[in-house]
Amino acid sequence: MAENILVKAIDPNDVKEEILKKYPAKVARKRAKQIIVNKVEKNNDVPEIQANVRTIPGIITMRGCSYAGCKGVVLGPTRDIVHITHGPIGCGFYSWLTRRNQTRPRSDSDPNFMTYSFSTDMQEDQIIFGGEKKLKQAIEEAIQLFNPKAIDIFSTCPVGLIGDDVHAVAREMEKKYPHINIFGFSCEGYKGVSQSAGHHIANNKVFTEVVGLNDTPKEGEFRVNLLGEYNIGGDAFEIERIFEKCGITLHSTFSGNSTYDEFTSAHTADLNLIMCHRSINYMADMMEKKYGIPWIKVNFIGADSTAKSLMKIAKYFEDEELTNRIKKVVDEELAAIKDVREDVRSRTEGKLAMLFVGGSRAHHYQDLFKEMGMPTISAGYEFAHRDDYEGRKVLPDIKVDADSRNIEELEVEPDETRFQPRLTDDRKKELIEKGYQLNNDYDGMMTEMENNTLVIDDLNHHEMEVLIDTYHPAIFCAGIKEKYVVQKYGIPMKQLHSYDYSGPYAGFVGAVNFYKEIDRMVNCKVWSFIEAPWEKSPELTAKYAYL
Amino acid sequence: MLLRHTPKEVMEREALTINPAKTCQPIGAMYAALGVHKCLPHSHGSQGCCAYHRSALTRHYKEPVMAATSSFTEGASVFGGQANLLQAISNIFQIYDPDVIAAHTTCLSETIGDDLPQIVAKADAEGKIPPGKIVVHASTPSYVGSHVIGFSNMVTSFVKQLAETTGISEEKINIIPGWVEPSDMAEIKRICAEMGIKITLLPDTDGVLNTPQTGKYEMYPTGGTKVRDIIGMGDNQFTIGLGKVASMPAARALDAKCKVPCDTINLPIGLRATDEFIDKLRTVAGVTVPESIQTERGQLLDVMTDMSQYFYGKKVAMFGDPDHLLSLAQFFDDLGMQVKHVVTGTPGKKFEKRMQDILGDKEYNLKSGANADMFLLHQWIKNEPVDLLVGNTYGKYMSRDEDIPLLRVGFPIYDRVGHQYFPTIGYRGALRMLEKILDIFMSRQDRDAKEESFELVM
Repeated sequence: MAENILVKAIDPNDVKEEILKKYPAKVARKRAKQIIVNKVEKNNDVPEIQANVRTIPGIITMRGCSYAGCKGVVLGPTRDIVHITHGPIGCGFYSWLTRRNQTRPRSDSDPNFMTYSFSTDMQEDQIIFGGEKKLKQAIEEAIQLFNPKAIDIFSTCPVGLIGDDVHAVAREMEKKYPHINIFGFSCEGYKGVSQSAGHHIANNKVFTEVVGLNDTPKEGEFRVNLLGEYNIGGDAFEIERIFEKCGITLHSTFSGNSTYDEFTSAHTADLNLIMCHRSINYMADMMEKKYGIPWIKVNFIGADSTAKSLMKIAKYFEDEELTNRIKKVVDEELAAIKDVREDVRSRTEGKLAMLFVGGSRAHHYQDLFKEMGMPTISAGYEFAHRDDYEGRKVLPDIKVDADSRNIEELEVEPDETRFQPRLTDDRKKELIEKGYQLNNDYDGMMTEMENNTLVIDDLNHHEMEVLIDTYHPAIFCAGIKEKYVVQKYGIPMKQLHSYDYSGPYAGFVGAVNFYKEIDRMVNCKVWSFIEAPWEKSPELTAKYAYL
Repeated sequence: MLLRHTPKEVMEREALTINPAKTCQPIGAMYAALGVHKCLPHSHGSQGCCAYHRSALTRHYKEPVMAATSSFTEGASVFGGQANLLQAISNIFQIYDPDVIAAHTTCLSETIGDDLPQIVAKADAEGKIPPGKIVVHASTPSYVGSHVIGFSNMVTSFVKQLAETTGISEEKINIIPGWVEPSDMAEIKRICAEMGIKITLLPDTDGVLNTPQTGKYEMYPTGGTKVRDIIGMGDNQFTIGLGKVASMPAARALDAKCKVPCDTINLPIGLRATDEFIDKLRTVAGVTVPESIQTERGQLLDVMTDMSQYFYGKKVAMFGDPDHLLSLAQFFDDLGMQVKHVVTGTPGKKFEKRMQDILGDKEYNLKSGANADMFLLHQWIKNEPVDLLVGNTYGKYMSRDEDIPLLRVGFPIYDRVGHQYFPTIGYRGALRMLEKILDIFMSRQDRDAKEESFELVM
């Protein structure tokens, strides 16, 4: 980054001041705590950032709601559960197929409800007199039509307000149809401060209602669950390919390309791997407490990161054959992408990137940009918490405010019969002594970012404008709502939620896809035509020659 | 199969909507408000509503869609959203500096009974609305009607809250265009200019949701109906509403408030609905239809007559918004096509009657309102297949499974461009639609023909 003279001349503290200048005093005070100039100390300490707090009313935010986090993010990708949205039609409509969670049924007759949107389409009558009756009838109809293994119910804002008890309805209907698992989520949009509340709500219910129902393990060695991988653009397919090649048995993915049955026996796996720390760490923690499955943080975004994560898995199992196989795969795959990477890097080196997305991707994708020699000058999450920024070591210091307190924190005890620590205390100690990162060691995003980069939580429209005006990045990454604002500036914008309808970007194949995509975006001629020829030299030099 | 669980046999449903043929009111309110110059739509509800609506509109237009939210939390849901809205109004004017905030409700704020007129009055009394700035509000509960009703409600609010009568009448006509595309709004303006008629079009998303790439981002682009023009609507001669569901309430509200006479006609899609529009313009404004418009009409009719063989007898299934569906049905019927299945999620008692007026005693399936969805439409199609499916992007799943081509009309269109730039309404729009339909049918014929009957000239 130091190579970039322009950036060197910009003091990030000035940028922060410029941003805050426009705000009313109260807004400025709050935002000041969420805009941090990064500084990594020797012991990996970073400045404190305020995160997971309310967005101020009137601010044009990127954030969505709890329902979106629960239905849209965590449960939506599971193909064989009938997901019923209980509420007026909008929520079910907008979350219908828009997140690009790909799924691949095993056969033509395998259940797949991904293409369907189910809703109780609440009308005024139900708002006044209650919607439980309609919800029951909707479940009846879903069973008659589809006879699924499981039905889940997602509460939208009015449901909680009018006092519909979706859990009671679920219990009653399950009693009537004992072969179908029916459960509900109180994920009303106003819960919490962002999608994040919905993730937590989803984790809790899947943990209590689904995981642990079937004790039959999947066959195979080195059985892992992949948590927080949602198969956007086929990312999970690429990870599945790599695992198979390495001889790692993927028991279940939460929840890309997933099925209900895989969830029910997920507690029999040997190890949990966490991709998106924010959306699924609750599940990993609860599975460890109840069943004794340790978890490790992995990142399959970036070829080097993928290699690193695979080696981390190898080290965990400490099996010579597995380790050799993984080494071979890593060598092979890295060799195969080397030329493309070098070629692309020759055109992308030194170009600036900015990433504002999600609760993990703003971190993960920095690795891919690094592989292309592109420094990340500013980054932030949309709905993350302090631990995603500063590392899990700050967990004990995080103040729980009123908004978070409303989201249930489950008390989990070891299962009487099925708690079985996968690691002995000695082995755990040995791993930690070797510097191995188990659960509590996710270091967060800021520790891996350069000093003097700007870390901004819950970036809003005004702040984005200042960043673009100040730094003129070569590429800006966020979501669909930001996409065309950035592009009107003449700057290419990469969607890191939906991947702009392309992908996969995970793993080795994905890394190559991403290198090529970013190469196209920052080097494509189309951006050079903004100025028309007559704008370049507007003076008139002569009239028609023949006049 | 993408929709592998849809059985051919139709089972009566009362409670479960599957694959809806509508969405909720607030997004319509947001779209309408974007058609007012320097207006920032504001969603009074949870953040998710605003995020979903902005995302949907952005995917449809591939353009920036700006809107703010009251960012309700659980506390606000219990104690009411007044504090949130008051704070939002202050912040928006200071940070984003629009001329107008157009606030609409959501199912959340409606359920808890937030009173927008009272909150806006309070904001005004507390000096939170700077001089010369305006806050318009509309009640748009998501559990009533559909996105079209939300659009209609917001347009009506603008008229009710802004239009005034000064007593000095203007030689201008008001047009309420209904939920049509920016390209359609541009086409209405072009047609009227061609006929020498001055109009106020409300709303007008041309120049807002089809802006050029200039390398400069403008939060408030040049387009949109100007506030002074909305105020002036009360002094204009006449109001033409296009599409009864989307436009009649605003046209009537203006009549009630400012005594501007009005008439609501069909959305000018297709030959005869456009004829009705042109004729209405002519008589209301007292002008002669110019040669140029006659030529456009003639060119459209020329293609209808010359290419009749490719349209005649073809079966059509359609889903979408009622105003669109009525005019489309008329157009398809006039072409000799057979309208077989019609579904709209938007309720309306008169829709079925109006469709019957158009299609007479021909046999067709029709369902409208809360229980009408694309799942049912698909089942009907399985029972009686069609040659053409007309509707929004979500039709592509049925289209692929049943191998029926899809003509994209309506909202949302997430997977193609063009609707921002090229109209569907007017004679020009109808001609474009015919070109598309012909392309669809002829490409099919080319694909499916035996080698010996593969035609060079068609």
